[in-house]
Amino acid sequence: MGRTLAEKVWDQHVVRHGEGQEPDLLYIDLHLVHEVTSPQAFDGLRLAGRPVRRPDLTIATEDHNVPTLDILAPIADEVSRTQVDTLRRNVEEFGVKLYPMGDANQGIVHMIGPELGLTQPGTTVVCGDSHTSTHGAFGALAFGIGTSEVEHVLATQTLPLRPFRTMAIEISGELRPGVTSKDVILAVIAQIGTGGGAGYVLEYRGEAVRKMSMEARMTMCNMSIEAGGRAGMVAPDDTTISYLRGRPHAPQGAQWDEAVAAWRELRTDDDAVFDAVVHIDADALTPFVTWGTNPGQGLPLSESVPDPAEMDDDDAAATRKALEYMALEPGTKLRDIAVDVVFLGSCTNARIEDLRAAADVLKGRRIADDVQMLVVPGSMKVKAQAEAEGLDTVFTEAGAEWRNAGCSMCLGMNPDQLSPGQRCASTSNRNFQGRQGKGGRTHLVSPLVAAATAVRGTLSSPEDLSPTTLQLA
Amino acid sequence: MDQFSTHTGIGTPLRVSNVDTDQIIPAVYLKRVTRTGFDDGLFASWRQDPEFILNVEPFSRGSVLVAGQDFGTGSSREHAVWALMDYGFRVVVSSRFGEIFKGNASKAGLLTAIVEQSDVELLWKKIEERPGLELTVDLEAKTITADDLVVRFSVDDYTRWRLMEGLDDIGLTMRHAEDIDAFEATRPAHKPTTV
Ligand code: SF4
Repeated sequence: MGRTLAEKVWDQHVVRHGEGQEPDLLYIDLHLVHEVTSPQAFDGLRLAGRPVRRPDLTIATEDHNVPTLDILAPIADEVSRTQVDTLRRNVEEFGVKLYPMGDANQGIVHMIGPELGLTQPGTTVVCGDSHTSTHGAFGALAFGIGTSEVEHVLATQTLPLRPFRTMAIEISGELRPGVTSKDVILAVIAQIGTGGGAGYVLEYRGEAVRKMSMEARMTMCNMSIEAGGRAGMVAPDDTTISYLRGRPHAPQGAQWDEAVAAWRELRTDDDAVFDAVVHIDADALTPFVTWGTNPGQGLPLSESVPDPAEMDDDDAAATRKALEYMALEPGTKLRDIAVDVVFLGSCTNARIEDLRAAADVLKGRRIADDVQMLVVPGSMKVKAQAEAEGLDTVFTEAGAEWRNAGCSMCLGMNPDQLSPGQRCASTSNRNFQGRQGKGGRTHLVSPLVAAATAVRGTLSSPEDLSPTTLQLA
Repeated sequence: MDQFSTHTGIGTPLRVSNVDTDQIIPAVYLKRVTRTGFDDGLFASWRQDPEFILNVEPFSRGSVLVAGQDFGTGSSREHAVWALMDYGFRVVVSSRFGEIFKGNASKAGLLTAIVEQSDVELLWKKIEERPGLELTVDLEAKTITADDLVVRFSVDDYTRWRLMEGLDDIGLTMRHAEDIDAFEATRPAHKPTTV
């Protein structure tokens, strides 16, 4: 019987098959490290007198705590500074390459792997961060790990793991203009639920996926974890290969040809069987937004806030709780929900295409008077590229704030936070209670919806704006 | 890591489903660089409510947390496990756990016992009827005893063995160092390096 993409990558990395109940031991090709989940891991190594086994397969960056206003000033917050300082000491002591704040390659950990060409098809990629699933867009088996696993990989370059189950997400048809991969993944999560993918590696397949850019694929894979999935994957194709060609860490010369030949084998066999299959009709999708406090609580923007009275008991209770926190009334049109803040950023949607799409909407327009909009590029490379294209001017002329690269308001570990009661349309990936700041209320949206929302002041898509300068990406 | 065979302690009912790790410990507590002392961060925002279960005697002294479905979803932060353990929990009972959370728990020595949702309801009923009731969790027999109620839980055999032996992961893997060496010798030259 044929094998799925995930199974092939798995098989290529088994160091040792576990005996009996023991898990397999899997080799890790690339380990990404950041300041939040690594201090205790390095501490553990130090206590046990263990070195980092493969510093040459390990890379570190600073992202979660980055102050996005003045990136070179000393970090004011003491704990944030301690984490960053601790990382710097650790990489020095253990010989790991770091891209610190201010470096042209610094950025959110899930941005820099692909940008540097380190994330490659058929590799195993781990990081102490759940959105490591992002890297699966390249046909890598990439997943988040906890701090003790970070220590384990640092010490051994392997992880004891049990095989995952596989789930195919078949996306047929073609996305309409104005509908993005963010809308697709929000629709997938709404369909299968935040636990629906638990234990599975999700492989995104079908015509609509083939037509997506690498960045769009990354957005989708990024949020696989919000459907409960362990990882998300897309089989590599010409789009993947041309994205990688010429990147700093992509293979060169004869090795490039060898690599490409190997990558072309990386697809699910026609006779392979998935443990589960989910169908999504791309033609039927429209912009999607969340109304609740988990990423599965989403609906098309054209709908209204759901009514718990029309649900069964379990759902009704969860919905009531979510609506209370979100301060929303059943039946309110989603389009009528007014926001205070718009956040364009995070490892989900802060790549150059995302910024271009939002800038296209904002060009020649002003954001609503009572709305604050933060634009936080995901990496310094994206920032530089956007500035070269003049996007920063489009944003600032529209009244938005243009910031340095980092996680920023995605989780509010740096000074960028919502105040209690503030409502935000955010291109990030989690709308959990208090995620963007204590008491803050989050609606997850695509970059296009974020930009249109900033202009109208209520949840909107570009279609809702007067058509003068409308150019959909 | 301590060995785990049986544990007896007060049961604490947490009648909430979908408890994500952001609720177990909010992001602001992640900034510490130490491995211990996270007990104050456990359910920090919920604990501001004086009626929250951890503010109610004797549940505040519990060591067996009985939670709703889908406990530990969301972010991969291992601090969630440390916070539970630093607070004094040794066992969390639920009908379903977040995958990463479950993995993190077994490595740190926190038992995640999976029981049927109907048994969760029975346990809640029992411990709410008799606050302070001690539950006995027997890892060998895979049972939880609450007074006259005995429910079975599931845990995979490997995790169970590890917990019972109190074995740390890296030590286990290092027994296979020669296999890792051999694997490395066969890796294709085109694989990326960071230097
Ligand atoms: S941008 Fe948000 S989701 Fe992404 S790594 Fe940073 S905090 Fe995590």
